[in-house]
Amino acid sequence: MIVKLAFRNLMGAGLRTWLNVIVLSLAFVMIIWVKGMLEGMNNYARTAKIDSEVGGGQFWHRSYDPYDMLTYEESHGVPPPALSRLVERGEAAAVLLTPASIYPDGRLQSVVLKGIDPGQKIVNLPASFLAVETPGAIPGMIGNMMAHQTKLEIGDYVTARWRDVHGTFDATDIRIVQIMRTTQPTIDQGQIWVPLARLQEMMRAPGEASYLVLAKGAETIPEGIEGWIHRNPEYLLQEISDMIQMKSVSMNIIYSLLLLLGLLAIFDTQVLSIWRRRKEIGTFMALGMERGKVIRLFTFEGALHGIFALLVGAIYGIPVLAWTLRRGLSMPEITDNIGFAIPETLYPSYGGQLVIGTTILVFITVTIVSFLPATKIAKLKPTDALRGKQS
Amino acid sequence: MGNQADRSAGEAAPAKNGALITTSGLVKQFPTGGYLFTALNGINLLIDRGEFTGLVGPSGSGKTTLLNIIGALDYPSSGSAVVLGSDTKHLNHKQSARLRNHHIGFIFQTYNLLPVYTVYENVEFPLLLLGMEADRRRRAVTQALEWVGLTDRAQQRPAQLSGGESQRVAVARAMVKKPEIVLADEPTANLDAENSHNILRMMVELNTELETTFIFATHDEKVIRYLRRRITLRDGRVVEDREMEPDYTT
Ligand SMILES: Nc1ncnc2c1ncn2[C@@H]1O[C@H](COP(=O)(O)OP(=O)(O)O)[C@@H](O)[C@H]1O
Ligand SMILES: [Mg+2]
Repeated sequence: MIVKLAFRNLMGAGLRTWLNVIVLSLAFVMIIWVKGMLEGMNNYARTAKIDSEVGGGQFWHRSYDPYDMLTYEESHGVPPPALSRLVERGEAAAVLLTPASIYPDGRLQSVVLKGIDPGQKIVNLPASFLAVETPGAIPGMIGNMMAHQTKLEIGDYVTARWRDVHGTFDATDIRIVQIMRTTQPTIDQGQIWVPLARLQEMMRAPGEASYLVLAKGAETIPEGIEGWIHRNPEYLLQEISDMIQMKSVSMNIIYSLLLLLGLLAIFDTQVLSIWRRRKEIGTFMALGMERGKVIRLFTFEGALHGIFALLVGAIYGIPVLAWTLRRGLSMPEITDNIGFAIPETLYPSYGGQLVIGTTILVFITVTIVSFLPATKIAKLKPTDALRGKQS
Repeated sequence: MGNQADRSAGEAAPAKNGALITTSGLVKQFPTGGYLFTALNGINLLIDRGEFTGLVGPSGSGKTTLLNIIGALDYPSSGSAVVLGSDTKHLNHKQSARLRNHHIGFIFQTYNLLPVYTVYENVEFPLLLLGMEADRRRRAVTQALEWVGLTDRAQQRPAQLSGGESQRVAVARAMVKKPEIVLADEPTANLDAENSHNILRMMVELNTELETTFIFATHDEKVIRYLRRRITLRDGRVVEDREMEPDYTT
């Protein structure tokens, strides 16, 4: 009975109802879309970073700070036996870093030289390309962003200058043997990968490393290792979570505004409808309808906007979202440093939790803004309502 | 009396010949701009089952106010109104809604039909509130529509009806649950002579057939002719209360 009444009243309001419903459904679909996109981005960025960098966690030399390039020169050492055993067994890969300057086209550019064992199988990095002989030079590998920026191509030579552990400047040529396709800026921008043994030699730091990457899914983490700090994957991925979080704030504002707009419209509709229909409210009471029931009726009528919005949103939202799931969204090529991997084609991730959570969010907020104006009915005297007077 | 006053609204009506409605020392005041305006000033009335009574008087004499108090839509400022054994002053919202729902039918000057419902659904509405089961509901609505001669209009909306038809729907809606009391506030004020007579004849029939008590608030001569008792109000007081010989001729 109440359903029919509410339904017909809503239909009777025509355009107004549909405007409310459409705005609300847009907010609904947009929340899922945006959150799904961010989630897809997050998933991709995390997977890419785990794959190419994080592995199953890392051990850092005590003074290694990835954000402070100037400390790289001092931040390396020979890993203790507990760690070097892992490297020998192929359960970890050692990486040695040092700042350097290169002179592509005669211009100076600061880079980081990263030494890695060409035979390692720990991170997804085509290090095996570094296992070539390049007489008179060191083989070097760069990523596509770095190549784009320096205009270096395979076969090019570039001069690099660095300081060894004694602070003595030295220089050598690096021959670019591979340009790897990657979306992971932290293994690409401003860096050149070289064979670990060669870098150790160049720096006069035999056997040393800046950090070690553990194999993905590594279970037994050696404990109590002096001078080396264990960083678990969550710690190493925090940066991505933070950045996604920051990105989502601005997105949140957009759809929150849309949702707010929809809610405000419904609130307004409710206030108006209760004012206009106070005589009807008086009639309900005269016919013996309890106040609580009248309030429920009007609340339900407003909340029905939410149900319509969910249905309408589903009608156009499901095909659109399904399409993006199948086809993905092609992302603009980003060359500036945003710190995490952006795929060429982004596949959003719409979890059940996201859809159900959004549905509940929309439904509850709509019910609240429908209920609030309806509470005014509790203060309405039936005699005043019947006379069309607002008390 | 004290015992009766505590009865809940849902209980059975008192004995057949007892007073259905008793008001004693009934006063109603409204706060208006700083002072209290006395709309009803010491009303003492007994109304029995089956009466066809009118509260008559000029506009502003307190007819609607009294009707509202009898219908438990409003409460006395002092004195009491006992309706079907319940002192309306002691009823909470739920109980007064229940009293109206079960025992009282309202008819308004402006019909007050629900615009989005069909004629059938408008008449059915009070029965839905009563929680009556579908089968009995259908029979009752069909019968009520027959009483008022609107069977063929069952599926129309109020907007498609004339004033006379609308008021007949309102009568059917008030009568469908066969209430003890029907309260009609200026029911003919918006109707022409012919429609007024039709409506009143119908009410007289239902009054005799079902022993429903009808109480009118009116200053319409066409209504007054049908009354068997006329209670005249002026400035919130009963100035005359007498039996009448109704005149059913048109
Ligand atoms: N809610 C109210 N607030 C203030 N004054 C009221 C209210 N209801 C009725 N009155 C006043 O009480 C008097 C009687 O009103 P009413 O019962 O409607 O008269 P009638 O129905 O006989 O025309 C009128 O003067 C009216 O202005
Ligand atoms: Mg009146």
